[in-house]
Amino acid sequence: MTAPTYDLGKLHGGLRLTAHKRESTAELIKDVPVPSMLVLPIEQHVGGPTRPVVRVGDHVLKGQVIAEPERELGAPVHASSSGTVVAIDQWPVSRRFGEKAPCIVIECDGKDKASSAIAIDDYSKLEPDELLLRILDGGIVGLGGAVFPTAQKLMQARTCKIDYLILNGVECEPYISCDDVLMRECAAEVLSGAQILMHALQVNVCLVAVESDKPEAILRLGQALADLDDQRIVLKQLPSVYPSGGEDQLVQLVTNREVPSRGLPTDVGCVVQNVGTAAAVHDWIVNNQPLISRITTVTGDGVDAPANIRARIGTPVADVISFAGGYTDQARHLIIGGPMTGKSVTTDEIPLVKASNCVLVVSDAPSQGDELPCIRCGDCAAVCPVRLLPQQLLWYARADDEKKLRDFCLTDCIECGCCDLVCPSRIPLTANFRKAKVHIQELADEKARADRAKRRFEARNRRLEREHQERAAELARQKSSAKAAGPAAIAEILKRKQNKDEFE
Amino acid sequence: MRFERRELPYWSAPTSVASLMLQVLAALVPAAFAHVWFFGPGFIFNLLVASIFAVAGEGLMMWLRGRSPAAALSDYSALVTAALLAFAIPSLTPWWVTATGALFGVIVAKHLYGGLGFNIFNPAMAGYVVILVTFPADLNLWVAPRMGDIDYQQLTLIQTLVFTLTGNLPEGLSFDAISRATPLDVMKTGLNRLATVAEIRTNPVMGDFGGRGWEWIGNFLAIGGFWLMIRKIIRWQIPLGVGLGLLVPASIMYLVGPGTNPSPGFHLFAGATILCAFFIATDPVSAATSTRGRFVYGLGIGFLTWCIRRWGSYADGVAFAVLIMNMAVPAIDYLTRPRVVGHSTGDGADG
Repeated sequence: MTAPTYDLGKLHGGLRLTAHKRESTAELIKDVPVPSMLVLPIEQHVGGPTRPVVRVGDHVLKGQVIAEPERELGAPVHASSSGTVVAIDQWPVSRRFGEKAPCIVIECDGKDKASSAIAIDDYSKLEPDELLLRILDGGIVGLGGAVFPTAQKLMQARTCKIDYLILNGVECEPYISCDDVLMRECAAEVLSGAQILMHALQVNVCLVAVESDKPEAILRLGQALADLDDQRIVLKQLPSVYPSGGEDQLVQLVTNREVPSRGLPTDVGCVVQNVGTAAAVHDWIVNNQPLISRITTVTGDGVDAPANIRARIGTPVADVISFAGGYTDQARHLIIGGPMTGKSVTTDEIPLVKASNCVLVVSDAPSQGDELPCIRCGDCAAVCPVRLLPQQLLWYARADDEKKLRDFCLTDCIECGCCDLVCPSRIPLTANFRKAKVHIQELADEKARADRAKRRFEARNRRLEREHQERAAELARQKSSAKAAGPAAIAEILKRKQNKDEFE
Repeated sequence: MRFERRELPYWSAPTSVASLMLQVLAALVPAAFAHVWFFGPGFIFNLLVASIFAVAGEGLMMWLRGRSPAAALSDYSALVTAALLAFAIPSLTPWWVTATGALFGVIVAKHLYGGLGFNIFNPAMAGYVVILVTFPADLNLWVAPRMGDIDYQQLTLIQTLVFTLTGNLPEGLSFDAISRATPLDVMKTGLNRLATVAEIRTNPVMGDFGGRGWEWIGNFLAIGGFWLMIRKIIRWQIPLGVGLGLLVPASIMYLVGPGTNPSPGFHLFAGATILCAFFIATDPVSAATSTRGRFVYGLGIGFLTWCIRRWGSYADGVAFAVLIMNMAVPAIDYLTRPRVVGHSTGDGADG
């Protein structure tokens, strides 16, 4: 059987950025020892809410479920090591909105004793839906940063016709290299995970996409693929352009299909999973280990010895940094995630979570100069991977023109930050767009509230109108019956009315 | 440990407005030397006068608007306006004419519309048109180019300076002796007198394609322009649009009636065609911004330039064409929006 060929689509815009990856890829992945204390946010995922199933004082084992999704979907949280629950309380976390979130704090006993979960012998004998439920129990979420519960994504995909499973090993954002080292050191696990996902999805083609700036990862994946001899899996080498690792961008690149606005890759027959997610699926389904640790890149000029580390979920960032040699004198900003799409945080008390692909500590950025007015050079539009017109959007964002913002598709902005990088006037476009998006959402919410109030008001008006008509009909009926009764009866009625008027 | 929060992305921008403007100025340097070589040192004085008044006007307006004059001046955009104006006017121009153009361009066309980034009209062209209609006589007097028929009459540095400051030629010298009509003027008046193009082209101001001297300045402007394109300071759509907009109708008419229509080569190398294509029409602030829009904008400028040269009362039409197309920019931008990825049409979110 010959490997089928695929159209490679073209990404609009994008940027070739200085990778800054060598700093962290010189050595093998290092395991961070189990810390004395683990902080596990109860809500680590997009999707349904989660509630704790342990109480303060409980002793927990490694791999034991400590928080469960309230509804069927979502993902459970497992204890990353054995120890005692000492608190369930608000704790600083790195989240897009808000500073603190409820967390389960475990004081580790150092024994790292595992719970005895029931293993499965051979996943290929399971029905796809049974396998999905099994994946659900592993607490596995998208490890590329979006942390969407994997099982939920797969279940949604099962309702669509899927042609391709795409493994995302692109990792286009500078500084981040955790997927690169994973593919180098655990290529077989990644591919095994791909096979499990293919079985769960019942698809026959898996495209493994890797940027060409990761030759060793490509080599190792190629070797593992040769060992595996699975013709369904095809390795795809992509040019290193940021943001080709964005989900929709990747689909476009490897299949030449455009994910519709506000749609999902499944709308065009694709499911995208991060390579780390695939490895986590393998660890759970084959090795019976739920998602309790992940590889994280600890890097930047604010870290003494940049490296890729494997740490338990819940390890405080401060512990991770000291494992990587501690801070340098230049450490000024702490960013969770990459330099383009991460989040700048104020404290290192926050824990590493399932989403934390990178801990970036950096010095002050070189002086950017003052922000100048837009000179409409259009460079932002030239690099926008979604083909937006950032210069127009900025104008409308500043004018608070909600209609125009929608008209120019602000909501399609993926916040990749390319436009910021090329702007000669140093305008923080993405920050403006984030604010404008929140504002648009608020307006939409407000409008929904107003619409509800309007509907209530109109319903009330209709009711009053109906009552009025009924009363009028009743009156007319009385009138006609009085007429029929003759002049004496009318005089009687008028007299009654007169009396009533006098009373009033 | 505590950290300072900062907006992402964490990255240093590789370009700045100042560096863009400086590169545009650098791209004009070869043509500036050519200008001085062919038309004498007047260009230097014009450039100085225009720069001084443009910068002063910009500083004054920023001060009046309660902003930092230093911030505005450090982006060098006023100098670009001054340089483009200096290229547009004859080398012998009295200082008050140049100053009027520079001040009008910067104060009225730029700052009264909100300053850098908000001006609808190209400041240099707005300033040029104002002095063209206010001082028509001064702007029609071009000295004869070097290597023409009256090369020896070029003024010295001091004589040129005196003229720039006072508007007076040296004792015993009249404009008739040293100046020549521009090639476009010669062509226009010749055609109006029902001469054929071939006859008109025997005039000593005519060069290989366009005007003597002019076409060499054009070559050097094109070198600078291509350098800017390679560096992606300007993009190819506008220069190509201007070229096609002018040359396509010119070629058709030339093929139809070569006796009464100058060749496309003449159109390209006479007047301000090349300056316009690479340096004036490409001013990002007053141009269209979408890829297709830029091409349309360029086409419009080229076509209108040709129309004005063909039927208008002015010899060259570049400045008017640019200003007219400046007005069309919002419409062009609106109508040439690219299709957003994931949408079936370019008509926005619900299209």
